[in-house]
Amino acid sequence: MRRAALSALLSHWRRQPGQLLTLIAGLALATALWSAVQAINSEARRSYDAAASAMGQDRYASLAVPEGRMPLARFVTLRRAGWAVTPLLEGTVTLAGAPIDVTGFDLLSVPRDALPEGLDTGTDVTPAELFGQPGVGFAAPATAAAIAGLPGLPLILANRAIPPGRIVTDIGVAERLLDAPGQIDRLLILPGQSRGLPPLDRIAPDLVRREGQQTADLSRLTQSFHLNLTAFGLLAFGVGLFIVHGAIGLAFEQRRASFRTLRALGLAARDLQALLLAEVLLLALVAGAAGLALGYLVAGALLPDVAATLRGLYGAEVPGSLRFDPAWAAAGMAVTLIGALTAAASALTRVRRMPLLASAQPRAWATVSARALARQAVAGVVLIFLGLVALRVFSGLVAGFALLGGLLMGAALILPLLLAGLLALAAARARSPVAQWFWADTRQQLPGLSLALMALLLALSTNIGVSTMVGSFRLSFTHWIDQRLAADLYVSARDEAEAARLRAFLAPRATALLPIRSLDLPLNGTMGEVRGLSDNAAARDAWPLLSARPGAWEALNAGKAALISEQLANRGHLGLGDMIEIGPDWRLPVAGIYADYGNPVGQAAVSATALAARHPDLPGLRIGILTDDPQALSRALAEDFGLPPDHLIDQASLKAQSLAIFERTFAVTAALDGLTLAVAAFAMLTALLTLSTMRLPQLAPLWALGLTRSRLARLEAARSLALAALTFVFALPLGLILAWCLLAVVNVAAFGWRLPMHLFPAQWIWLLAAALLAALAAAALPARRLARTAPAAFLKVFADER
Amino acid sequence: MSADPAPSSWQKYLIAAFAAAATLASPGAVPAQGYAGMAQTAAGFALPDPDRRFGFPADHGPHYDFRLEWWYLTANLTGPDGAPYGVQWTLFRSALAPGGEREGWLSPEIWMGHAAVTTPGRHEAAQKFARGGIGQAGVTAEPFEAWIDQWRLAAPGDDNDDDNDDGDGLDRLRLTASTADFAYDLALTATGPIVPQGRNGYSVKSPEGQASHYYSQPFYRIDGTLTLEDTTVPVAGQGWLDREWSSQPLSETQQGWDWVSLHFESGAKLMAYRLRDAKAAPFTPATWIAADGTPTPLPDGAVTMTPGATTRIGHAEIPTEWDIALPEKGLEIHLRALNPRAWNDLDFAYWEGPVRVTGSHPGVGYLEMTGYGE
Amino acid sequence: MLIDATDIQKSYAPGQSQTAVLRGVSLTLSPGETLALTGESGSGKSTLLHLLAALDQPDSGTIRLDGTEITALGDAARAAIRRNTIGLVFQQFNLIPSLTVGANLAFQARLAGREDPDWTGRLSDRLGLAELTHRYPEQLSGGQQQRVAIGRALAARPRILLADEPTGNLDEETSDRVCALMIALATETGAGLLMATHSHRLAARMSRQLHLSRGQLA
Repeated sequence: MRRAALSALLSHWRRQPGQLLTLIAGLALATALWSAVQAINSEARRSYDAAASAMGQDRYASLAVPEGRMPLARFVTLRRAGWAVTPLLEGTVTLAGAPIDVTGFDLLSVPRDALPEGLDTGTDVTPAELFGQPGVGFAAPATAAAIAGLPGLPLILANRAIPPGRIVTDIGVAERLLDAPGQIDRLLILPGQSRGLPPLDRIAPDLVRREGQQTADLSRLTQSFHLNLTAFGLLAFGVGLFIVHGAIGLAFEQRRASFRTLRALGLAARDLQALLLAEVLLLALVAGAAGLALGYLVAGALLPDVAATLRGLYGAEVPGSLRFDPAWAAAGMAVTLIGALTAAASALTRVRRMPLLASAQPRAWATVSARALARQAVAGVVLIFLGLVALRVFSGLVAGFALLGGLLMGAALILPLLLAGLLALAAARARSPVAQWFWADTRQQLPGLSLALMALLLALSTNIGVSTMVGSFRLSFTHWIDQRLAADLYVSARDEAEAARLRAFLAPRATALLPIRSLDLPLNGTMGEVRGLSDNAAARDAWPLLSARPGAWEALNAGKAALISEQLANRGHLGLGDMIEIGPDWRLPVAGIYADYGNPVGQAAVSATALAARHPDLPGLRIGILTDDPQALSRALAEDFGLPPDHLIDQASLKAQSLAIFERTFAVTAALDGLTLAVAAFAMLTALLTLSTMRLPQLAPLWALGLTRSRLARLEAARSLALAALTFVFALPLGLILAWCLLAVVNVAAFGWRLPMHLFPAQWIWLLAAALLAALAAAALPARRLARTAPAAFLKVFADER
Repeated sequence: MSADPAPSSWQKYLIAAFAAAATLASPGAVPAQGYAGMAQTAAGFALPDPDRRFGFPADHGPHYDFRLEWWYLTANLTGPDGAPYGVQWTLFRSALAPGGEREGWLSPEIWMGHAAVTTPGRHEAAQKFARGGIGQAGVTAEPFEAWIDQWRLAAPGDDNDDDNDDGDGLDRLRLTASTADFAYDLALTATGPIVPQGRNGYSVKSPEGQASHYYSQPFYRIDGTLTLEDTTVPVAGQGWLDREWSSQPLSETQQGWDWVSLHFESGAKLMAYRLRDAKAAPFTPATWIAADGTPTPLPDGAVTMTPGATTRIGHAEIPTEWDIALPEKGLEIHLRALNPRAWNDLDFAYWEGPVRVTGSHPGVGYLEMTGYGE
Repeated sequence: MLIDATDIQKSYAPGQSQTAVLRGVSLTLSPGETLALTGESGSGKSTLLHLLAALDQPDSGTIRLDGTEITALGDAARAAIRRNTIGLVFQQFNLIPSLTVGANLAFQARLAGREDPDWTGRLSDRLGLAELTHRYPEQLSGGQQQRVAIGRALAARPRILLADEPTGNLDEETSDRVCALMIALATETGAGLLMATHSHRLAARMSRQLHLSRGQLA
């Protein structure tokens, strides 16, 4: 019985392949976008862990000689004096044509948290192999594959804990690879030092101590970006569920007659429900598998852009390739199943409650009363309110995203009521009977379309919000970079001697030289950069201040004040007049705050003279050049001076590079934006298709009363357009509020900079056109179908009860 | 440097090697293959020779032919107020491959140091790892010096050279160690001779014949200072140095050992150990050392060691009271740990602490228990 | 002559086999005339009515409605005929659910550009719908809905009123009242009424009766 019943139920899909396709496509799309985002996020997080741990050594203070390496004996001397230090040998070798960083630790004395996190040799590697010859090196899988089989290498083990392009190994192996026997670069000072140690400045006065970096935590920095991705993923998934809900609801309505017959033939309601449940699960499995495959592809396609974004914004290295993670697939499948069940829940409960002798006539399956609309709207208002409360209660990113979530979901819930009100108003004002009918009927269609319209609202407003944010950012960024890149040419010398020769070479040839001196120093305890600014007009022009005390530049040039970047001000809660500690023993008041977009670390600018006085050894290897003829000068630098091409860049190229990074940074956002809009259009299509099959009984009388089929079809298309246009009207202010949240709350928390908001009405027109096009595309199929409906089909409505 | 709570896998592996070496193995905490591997074979290393005789001071230095070796000092001390203290200092050597010491990082010799201080209410332990070949750790026989980083057990400097020429190379030593939590600086003076353990220094570790070369200097008088929590106190008492080297000291089924070194008020000493075997009765050899240093090796079974009250440490029940009987010497004593929680909570964890001895032969001593695991 | 149909043939081809539904039917309807079309279920009544209402096209034969030959007309022209010349009353009422009773009543008249509020008002009084104009169809009983449908059909003052089993979904008492009202109103407006019914009782009230059997008039 059950098998026969199941085959009877499934036969529906054979006869309605389009509907089956819609259902599976909707679910697969939802799964695909969601799982793609998940895959990207987890790949990125893995990379952060690798990166964070690769930089683990930088957490420790270290000792080094200012120039080059020191002999191993320094390590032993300090150890025997009681200092818990561990040696580090670092360098670069060229393997298989590519530079590979080699980091050698003394794997016996290095503390675990200075090693790449998760670096675990398993039981395959014995200490004898690790410390013996040829030794063992750990490298990222891609790197390991690239250098496999090269002579003179230790046994290379692929390990995901290692960032690409690097070999982590024992120092005994590293000194061989780097041809530096008995040499070390640095000594990390470990925690938990013994009591009664001789002071370092007595036993190692020549070693320079560099404080450990409280490295900005990549996962924290990039959190906003991933929240962003996750939000898009969730949005797409929700929209996908709208589609599934529509398709399942339609299939349910169309099979009412079958259900009735099956029940009449003796199938219990519970069994019918179980069969339908099995059917949903089966379809979800198929769709989930397809969605995962698609998601994997999407993630693979987006990952290079994501990697570029993360590199551009945070300096986080993420490999551009994806690995397949079974846990990810399982989670994706589970979400698909849950989603499908959620979407099918109402249909499934209705099957159970359907009386045996219920009419087999399909009804409008999503009829929602005015009261329900009002209830929904109240829930929406509450959500918005909660979002606003969150802004007060929480701070930073959480607040920003809670506000965004509350706003978006709340607005979506309010949308049907607002649309219903507008449509009622339009119906009341309509003069012609067709117009009157059009508005009244549109209003009656609303419940069936509201989910799709909510999806459209979310997609449109997100689009407006994000594009406004990106656009505002782009404007500020380009303006800023135009100012900041004041020099015509930028050159870098390989060492101090070359720098001196360069200066001598350039002095007669250039209009002016702007030495660029910077230094990594702790700023109020957190590692940051310090820039030295020359006392000239060019510097002032290049460093416009967001806010400043009177006489800021004079104070700076006198060495009595510092300027700080906006990020540093926001993160350190520093304002004008506060003191900033630049490295040990140097405190200056903050005289101004400047924008420093795209820099993950905090920055302070001080007088170049004061910086040189404090740090006399600071090499000035980079030089900005003002010249009237950059082309001639760069030719001279290359040909006469012999400067390698990669040590010279002109302003235009540098700008182009920066802007390219910027564009790639937001390429993913744009791609996801577009995808979300596409999914929303698909939701519209399925909703309209679903409704269109039930429209015939409603349209037949109008046809009988003298409206042609083509006119009816045009009206149906117009309805879709009108709804999309109305939705856009609501999406616009919502999107602008969203943009404001992103610029004023989320960006400040995530990046540390606040940007002025610019409006881009031209973009809105384009988006409106896109929305209308989407609505038209969605309506085209059902409308076309209507225009071609045979009169016999209309007549059937009058002739019999189906 | 305090114990790393989560050592990486090769560090664990190394510890396993040391564990096996020192018969300090705790089967639950150590990869089985490492443990078994160390127990079974001495591939490429020398095996102990029952006919070999010690030659000093050369034998105070490392024996690179052998895989494993240690310099193990324990001391029962008292402060000016009579407060009891225990001090442990150990340097282990484990060779990853035969072939001896080599200059530079590629040396196969791995050194591990343990240092501990015990009071009735406190126990602090620390560890160090180092590679041979670079000078960070090592041992020289003449003049004697054993060191790892700033921890050092050595014959005093030039001013005492004359004295050393007369002695056996170990009769006057200085022991220094410092950690974040404690430090000690002790002068050791031998009041008796070096004592070979087992049959002329050939110490059998199982009925199957696994053995080591083993001698002790149990007659140290100690004076010095002990620093614990910013308080430095003068201390004095007695110490016991063990020297042992081997290549495959463990039988496959042996689970761990309970070892004692006891100083009786009479001036006599007793060393006994009980090797617990999963498949057989414990193997309990011992050496009775008369007050003049004359050793009497005692075969398995002459001494009985009976565990008493236990202390729960982590998941392990550890006997911190013992009854020991040696009928042929009329010895019937009770051991009670000075601090039952003398757990060396290091990468390789074991119990090691001072004991008080009551009964027919009162005195003090040290108890070491391994293989009880966590 | 309001309706002048000659030798109408119509068959359907649901599968491979053709089923002849109407086999040479001819009929006429004069102004003020009330004509009952009776016949068994499946005799072709509805098909004939649909053809006469310009909803469908015959395979052969001619149909003149108020002097216009409609079989050769295109979609739009026939829609105009339906809008301007014909009033239709269905068994299923087929009201527009999104419009109020008042809007439904006036709908076709407004569509045809012939809205006459006085007339609509009088119709609504006569049909007993005056109190219900602000309600929606779903809030009405079957008899009330059919009265709205009749009002909608008559509001545009059509020359021809076509009714297909208009009381098939109503009980006998309601059916009689609604039917009487429809005949009375049709006569008053001078329209010709053609009503398909299988009820001989209702048919007896009409001025003329035709019986359709297996696609032919008896």
